[in-house]
Amino acid sequence: MSETLADHGRRKFLVGATTVVGAAGVAAVVTPFILSMLPSARAKAAGAPVEVDVSKVEPGMMMTQEWRGQPVWIVNRTPEMLAQLGKNNALLSDPDSASSEQPEFCKNPNRSSAEHPNLLVTVGICTHLGCSPVDKMKKGEASGMGSDWPGGFFCPCHGSKYDLSGRVFKSMPAPLNLRIPPYTFLSETRLLIGEEKKRA
Amino acid sequence: MMKLSTWNQRIARWVAVGLVLLTQSIASANSLAVKLDHAPIDPTDTASLQRGAQHFMNYCMNCHGAQFARFDLLTRLGLTEEQVKKNLILTDAKIADYMTVVLNPKDAKAWFGVPPPDLSVETRVRGSDWIYTYLRSFYRDDNRESGWNNRVFPGVAMPNVLYELQGEQELKPGEGPEGQHHASLILAKPGKMSPQEFDRFTADLVNYLEFMAEPARETRIHIGYFAMIFLVIAFFVARALKHEYWKDVH
Amino acid sequence: MMTRLLGWVDERFPLTSVWKEHLAEYYAPKNFNFWYYFGSLAMLVLVIQIVTGIFLTMNYKPDARFAFASVEYIMRDVDYGWLIRYMHSTGASMFFVVVYLHMMRGLLYGSYQKPRELIWLLGMAIYLCLMAEAFFGYLLPWGQMSYWGAQVIVSLVDAISPPVALWVRGDYVIADATLNRFFAFHVIALPLILVILVFLHIVALHQVGSNNPDGIEIKKHKDPTTGIPLDGIPFHPYYSVKDIVGVVGFLIVYFGIIFFSPEMGGYFLEENNFIPADPLKTPPHISPVWYFTPFYAILRAIPQKQVGVIAMGLAVVIFFLLPWLDRGIVKSVRYRGSLYKTALGLFVVAFLILGYMGTQDPNLWYVNPVSRICALVYFGFFFLMPIFTRMDKTKPVPDRVTG
Repeated sequence: MSETLADHGRRKFLVGATTVVGAAGVAAVVTPFILSMLPSARAKAAGAPVEVDVSKVEPGMMMTQEWRGQPVWIVNRTPEMLAQLGKNNALLSDPDSASSEQPEFCKNPNRSSAEHPNLLVTVGICTHLGCSPVDKMKKGEASGMGSDWPGGFFCPCHGSKYDLSGRVFKSMPAPLNLRIPPYTFLSETRLLIGEEKKRA
Repeated sequence: MMKLSTWNQRIARWVAVGLVLLTQSIASANSLAVKLDHAPIDPTDTASLQRGAQHFMNYCMNCHGAQFARFDLLTRLGLTEEQVKKNLILTDAKIADYMTVVLNPKDAKAWFGVPPPDLSVETRVRGSDWIYTYLRSFYRDDNRESGWNNRVFPGVAMPNVLYELQGEQELKPGEGPEGQHHASLILAKPGKMSPQEFDRFTADLVNYLEFMAEPARETRIHIGYFAMIFLVIAFFVARALKHEYWKDVH
Repeated sequence: MMTRLLGWVDERFPLTSVWKEHLAEYYAPKNFNFWYYFGSLAMLVLVIQIVTGIFLTMNYKPDARFAFASVEYIMRDVDYGWLIRYMHSTGASMFFVVVYLHMMRGLLYGSYQKPRELIWLLGMAIYLCLMAEAFFGYLLPWGQMSYWGAQVIVSLVDAISPPVALWVRGDYVIADATLNRFFAFHVIALPLILVILVFLHIVALHQVGSNNPDGIEIKKHKDPTTGIPLDGIPFHPYYSVKDIVGVVGFLIVYFGIIFFSPEMGGYFLEENNFIPADPLKTPPHISPVWYFTPFYAILRAIPQKQVGVIAMGLAVVIFFLLPWLDRGIVKSVRYRGSLYKTALGLFVVAFLILGYMGTQDPNLWYVNPVSRICALVYFGFFFLMPIFTRMDKTKPVPDRVTG
């Protein structure tokens, strides 16, 4: 009787040991399969930082550059537009960009670097469900957005509105301000999108 | 005792006969008169791989592409992107571009009769020993349009692009009625490199080609050791469990 | 809580009863030996092939322009893509290793005999499906061997009926259309059929119960009170723990190949298949993958094309008739006489030599003569079976299983 009891303990231990080893084995096999679904080396190479010449963007205009298959807007704002940004706070849900994604140096009302306050660099994808908003940069009726429109962007899918710093308006479907990618000015006119590094 | 030793002898004889038959059949199946030299390569030798990559870019990529490999592959050889861009990309290609050939395939066909094969996975087709021997087996042959022939690949379309380094070899027929099977290559005109240096050069190149053909090879073998250790442990645990349960049966 | 949940499920789905009937209270003979690992291993490989296959299709492109490049992309750029690809390519060969050993077990212990004829027929159907699955899959990497292997095999159809061959290819040669439809067969049609057939194979097995190395029906001797076969033990836990040992042993071999020799000396991944398919240039020496070579050798050994094709087909199909060709009164080779033992030995040797000859250059002087002799032995084994199994001096079969 005592022998069978002892065996029972050994059996329990071995079942446990086999289960642990088996679970480790399964985990070891499952991991590479899961990792295989991440962006491949080719996708990563294609998603490498891109360089853009921003000298051709006139004040009050914008250009779109593709980065990792997404539209990145480069908006050159006029002094009037920048002035308007300071007056928008009452309309916005997160005027200080507390919860949105951006490089540390863009956490200001202009959401831009100190050297180039006029240039907004942002991923042109609505933070609601991934549509690309359209440009409604002109103030008031000129954009067809009503007379009190301060200028900004409008997402046609579900009606989210953003100001010219990509900050979302209150009570909109979109929860966050537009995302600002990491970027660096390599020189006065050359912008590197996708990497934040110290200027040499 | 007597009986056992005669049996041993008999078995040994049969094994010997079997081996001779087997090696003969393999040799004739390959139908290769030339014995291949073993390529002295070490896939963990990063310096050799870097030199090989340099040789590949300088001497092969004018005519051969490696269309399944990108230049950023070279960063796995301990080089930074800047180094690759500066030293190894000889065209205006970007680091994320494929190593496609510079030569237009139509021109290639017109010049050589066949388009030069893509070299991405060439060592997996030919084997590294073959390429190592082949690159060192060119000799002068006036009957050929290119002026070159090759002992490993008779009638090959490619001329000896490495002759400035290697020098020029000539084929010296051997003695006897089957002389052509025992012919040897002699260095008629020395090149910039000594034969030892040229062997090293070729080995580095082949080492790189082998890396390019299967970049995951070292990772694969490395993981393999851990997998084997794990499975052997698992085997003994499972066997202990089985014996434990099967006490009931026996 | 768990008991209540189980009760809830059992009222709606026979979960506990299936568990009991097929595992916990499925009584298998206690004397299974080494040969009895390969059934469960075949199931394991099927699962591996399906899972790795799913992940390969995430990056593979069934288009003649991109197929070869997409395989290289998997090997180079997809994280651990090389592992998944090697698991699949090695798995294909290991599937046949395991299935051939599983079939050999049947020949050794008469597992196809009454009352297990249907299990055998379903198993043979699985084997045929597997051959088709392997053949379709082999075209997908779109290398030279893929291309010309498919060309040769479809030309066999051409020998029987040219319009059918045209219909199979969907073009005048193996082309993009062929690749695309082979992909469809390989990733959905045949795996579906395979899974269904494997299910039926096991249902049929559990209906009659497993055979064993002694070839004795354990159901003949039951415990009078419990009705449990005296020589039977519950599949779970006894054979489940035993099969774990078999599985880990198998994985050592399988991953050993994957990590240290995925080409397996050119037998699992052939050198010529690293050259992209070129419809204008046949490689100097082509042969099918090793698991088809015994049949390929028979095809080549016969100088007339149609007859060769028929002989090759017959060499596969004749296995179906085994339950009716065997007139022996015992099942297991242990109690058969010297006639059957000799015949089976010769057959196995002939099969292996045929396999080797199928990989060899047919211009070598010995390839065709040796293949012919072996083909005679191969067919002799089947055609003479009704005679030698009846004539054979069998030994008395014990009442109960031994060992």
